[in-house]
Amino acid sequence: MRPAWADLAQRLFFLLVVRPFLTLFIGLRVRGREHLPENGPFVLVANHASHLDTLSLLALFPLSRLRHVRPVAAADYFERTRLTALVSRTFFNILPIRRRREDRQAGEDPLEPLLEALAAGQALILFPEGTRRSGADDVGEFKGGIAHLVERRPGLTVVPCWLANMGRTLPKGELVPVPFICRVSLGAPLQPSGGRAEVLATLEQAVRALRDCDPRDQD
Amino acid sequence: MLQAFLDLAPAPRFAVVAFALLTLASLAVALLGWWKPQAASPELRARTSSWWLMATLLFLAIYVHETASLVFFAFLSFWALKEYVTLLDTRAADHGALVLAFLAIPVQYLWIARNDYGLFTIFIPVYIFLMLPVRLVLARETAGFVASASQIQWGLMAFVFGLSHLRYVAAFPPAAGSPADGRTLLLFLVFVVEISDVFQYVWGKALGRHKVIPSVSPNKTWEGLIGGVASAMLLSLALRFLTPFSVAETLLVSFIVCLAGFFGGAVMSAVKRDFGVKDFGALIPGHGGMLDRLDSLCYAAPLFFHYVRYFHYYGFGVW
Repeated sequence: MRPAWADLAQRLFFLLVVRPFLTLFIGLRVRGREHLPENGPFVLVANHASHLDTLSLLALFPLSRLRHVRPVAAADYFERTRLTALVSRTFFNILPIRRRREDRQAGEDPLEPLLEALAAGQALILFPEGTRRSGADDVGEFKGGIAHLVERRPGLTVVPCWLANMGRTLPKGELVPVPFICRVSLGAPLQPSGGRAEVLATLEQAVRALRDCDPRDQD
Repeated sequence: MLQAFLDLAPAPRFAVVAFALLTLASLAVALLGWWKPQAASPELRARTSSWWLMATLLFLAIYVHETASLVFFAFLSFWALKEYVTLLDTRAADHGALVLAFLAIPVQYLWIARNDYGLFTIFIPVYIFLMLPVRLVLARETAGFVASASQIQWGLMAFVFGLSHLRYVAAFPPAAGSPADGRTLLLFLVFVVEISDVFQYVWGKALGRHKVIPSVSPNKTWEGLIGGVASAMLLSLALRFLTPFSVAETLLVSFIVCLAGFFGGAVMSAVKRDFGVKDFGALIPGHGGMLDRLDSLCYAAPLFFHYVRYFHYYGFGVW
């Protein structure tokens, strides 16, 4: 159970640091905010190019909902030291998963924490490309996790999302951001069904469609 | 009542004029909506409301607090450069040079705060322009090097160097033998340039037939240009109390800044054409991006600054 002080710390961090930063420095613009479901469970899937992605998606939610939103994050990266683990858990409320087989115990189901969170009515933020793709202005190939999740929880609501310019602003390996104007475009919620390949194709297509109708001058 | 108005100090007297004009504009839009509903588009209404907000912000920025005002104008440069670089096709190797370009903004406004005319004038054109290509070299990518260096330099020139002259106008001390000072001169400059833009649009809509540069902007017509500049010059006479200028000089200065503003707008139109966008952004409802409003001032401000400095402050203190 997440302690109350962690919730408070996260809310203050988003109110005093993240939101002013995204508004005044990044100039984040959001299209399709009305597609964000009022309450969980659902999964937000987006392309991934920068640490700003998680920040911007979390900032879509009102402060009071942050405790119910869990960015799915690789334990081997975000929990590589005690400090990074504390920061990611406190300020970002991450849901750590063990993506590497050698990190898991025999018979351990890597999707179990995700299913538990969904069962508790939480919203997940998932980047199906698996990792930050450098310099990418398109949608990469989705890995199978999201399809497995849909298979295990039929009727799951998935909200597709396209993130623009995040990778230019703070690419992998850079510490100082360049303030390009960034955009978040949310699409209508989907309930993908069918085989795994079909689910992946549907979601990839939905994110790509958002990218294709993203107007540059609506910055 | 007229006497009370004439007894006001220049700034409040200008505030009365500006907000009276805004009220007139809002009334005109409301009347238009009643008379010809299809002509008073939501965009026109949004544009008028935004003018109220921008005029109020400008007043606060100039008169509330010295440091707050520097931060406000530095933020205008920041946002203008931001809208511009967002539209560029930047390479991954440009990251460091872009960081440097943005870091130049607070430094440029620091020279204004310290009233250091020398460094204000050379910092960007000499130091930053020499350092930018060096930073690009350190990124070790030669493909597209010249394009990157020139695009970034040009953006800094127009949106940071050019626009920073706007705030430096406010630093002029009180002029000899007139109640005008730098801040009233700044109000005069912004008012004349913006009202000229507005009237160029209005005259262009009403009478515009002959396009000035059709391949760059279909909205710029000779009728709009002449009508707009003439209207702004006439109105500028009513605001002579903000300046140390004679009548002839007021007409000359407003003619210069309106023409510079026209070319500033034309240059930024060409930039938008090249990038294939209609507006620089969507920050200001009814107007587009911040650059869609500041484009004329990027060109008018340096000319106005140097005109005033040369003819009214030359040899005066650090100037």
